[in-house]
Amino acid sequence: MKPVFLPSGDRAIVMQWGDSIDEDTNAHVIAFAEQVRHSAIAGIVEIVPTYRSLLVCYDPESVRGDQLEDRLRSLWPCSPPEAGSGRLWRVPCVYGGEVGQDLEQLAAMKGLRPDQVMALHSNAEYRVYMIGFAPGFAYLGGLPEVLHTPRLATPRQAIPAGAVGIGGQQANINSVAGPSGWRFIGWTPWPVFDSARPDPFLFRAGDRVRFQPVDTAQANAIAAQMRDGTELPRPESEPGDEP
Amino acid sequence: MSLEIVTAGPMLTIQDRGRSGLRHLGVSSAGPIDADAMALANALCANHPDAAALEFAGPGGSFRATVPIRFAVIAGMCDVRIDGQRIATGESHRLAAGETLSVAAPSGVVWGYLAVSGGIWTEPVMGARATHLRNRLGGVAGRALRAGDALPLGTQVDSCCLRQKNPPRPGAADGSADAPIRVILGPQADHFTPQTLDRFQSLPFHVTAKRDRMAMVLDGVELPADGGHDIVSDGTVPGSIQVPGSRQPLVLLTESQTTGGYPKIATIASVDLARLAQMPSGRTVRFSAISRQDGEQLWCEQLRNIRNALSSLEPKGGGALSSEYLLSCDLIGGVSVMDDI
Repeated sequence: MKPVFLPSGDRAIVMQWGDSIDEDTNAHVIAFAEQVRHSAIAGIVEIVPTYRSLLVCYDPESVRGDQLEDRLRSLWPCSPPEAGSGRLWRVPCVYGGEVGQDLEQLAAMKGLRPDQVMALHSNAEYRVYMIGFAPGFAYLGGLPEVLHTPRLATPRQAIPAGAVGIGGQQANINSVAGPSGWRFIGWTPWPVFDSARPDPFLFRAGDRVRFQPVDTAQANAIAAQMRDGTELPRPESEPGDEP
Repeated sequence: MSLEIVTAGPMLTIQDRGRSGLRHLGVSSAGPIDADAMALANALCANHPDAAALEFAGPGGSFRATVPIRFAVIAGMCDVRIDGQRIATGESHRLAAGETLSVAAPSGVVWGYLAVSGGIWTEPVMGARATHLRNRLGGVAGRALRAGDALPLGTQVDSCCLRQKNPPRPGAADGSADAPIRVILGPQADHFTPQTLDRFQSLPFHVTAKRDRMAMVLDGVELPADGGHDIVSDGTVPGSIQVPGSRQPLVLLTESQTTGGYPKIATIASVDLARLAQMPSGRTVRFSAISRQDGEQLWCEQLRNIRNALSSLEPKGGGALSSEYLLSCDLIGGVSVMDDI
């Protein structure tokens, strides 16, 4: 699929591959973003991969949009991404409770028991389609279809960081506290975003995520280790690890 | 060595050039709404243009320094006083230790800047001192400043006070203030009919009071999107004009979210973004589409003009600046960059 180029003002270009949310397109966008990152084209200041498009911000004093389009065009097609690439994170998750306030109602809406929702949610493998909205906020694809649920009509004002939610056909982990219209079924003691950590951002577009059910006592212990710095969230595997 | 916040206006924040290169991780740059105004305030204090300074909307506040400093306020015709005595904006002044500097609301513009010699020297967060209110990053604990805050200052180098050689005259009618705001159509202009695109470029919009560092809402003209008001979320930039289901355009600014699911009818030309963001609420604004090439050209010209203005400040006593002095002010770099183009 060839990209179309769209102007996003006089300092940014959008390269767009179609109009749908699918893994293949998104994997190509992320692989191409990496290629652009390594191409060292002068004048590029930001590279933002999203579901089906790539935003490239540039400095017109170094490169003009027309030249940049030519250079980007010459990099396409890039080699397709390898299957199973991206780091795999096994994220501890406490289901239900105060933060997971929507678990029971969501289960009832689906004619399921809460433990069935938990099993469906924690047996799936998710893919980080993109990071956006807020620092480190990962849009996760791969939510089992039975769990697809529209967002709330009225967003709630104060959802804590770490809340694990469902919005439409996507899953997420709230990266910073704030208002949200997603439905929340649990929480993780892992700080998804922490500006004091050497790498403040846990996830990158293209990473894979699984949820590991833990109980509140285990989660509190993990949270304490994270707070005092004795433990950092670590991926279960890096790309290139032997399976 | 600090600047004490005696009283704080409602929207007083520390800003520097902001955080670049983090949009793919969900962090917009923050930094000043009007970068040129802040760069001028810094240059008048002989600071690097990117030094951290204070941005305010509404009343600025009152301030005291623990050491003698120089400062400059760029905020339109703003009422600025030292111990009650009114002084001029657009040039730097000395503030003795213990004197009280009071800064009223910007006049004729919305966003004002107070720079102090040495710059504000708070701890950088993720590469910048700029406050990102929405993400609670940078500045002082990621929040707006309040009475009682004491802000560390950078090294004080003694220097004279500076002014602009050819300052814009107050209320000067050069016509640019009322000229249409230029835009580049897209990336989702095809979500709108040609008739709607015509209305967008011919009818007057109103600047509403719904505005902050994240975005500003315009009304007066409805822009229905035939292609629907939802798109598969993609990347945004400062100046993106989103049109949500309300059909009222929303112009994203320096603290916006990095991705969005509303169609973007156009993007404000870089050369005009600060001019739009500085328009007081209630003002009327019209849009006029230009090509990307023209937008790039205008932006590059503006950058040259700004560097020129910053490198041609003069001592308030009169006379020319020595090259040693300019070097000490870090202003000479701007001149050489300009010559390279």
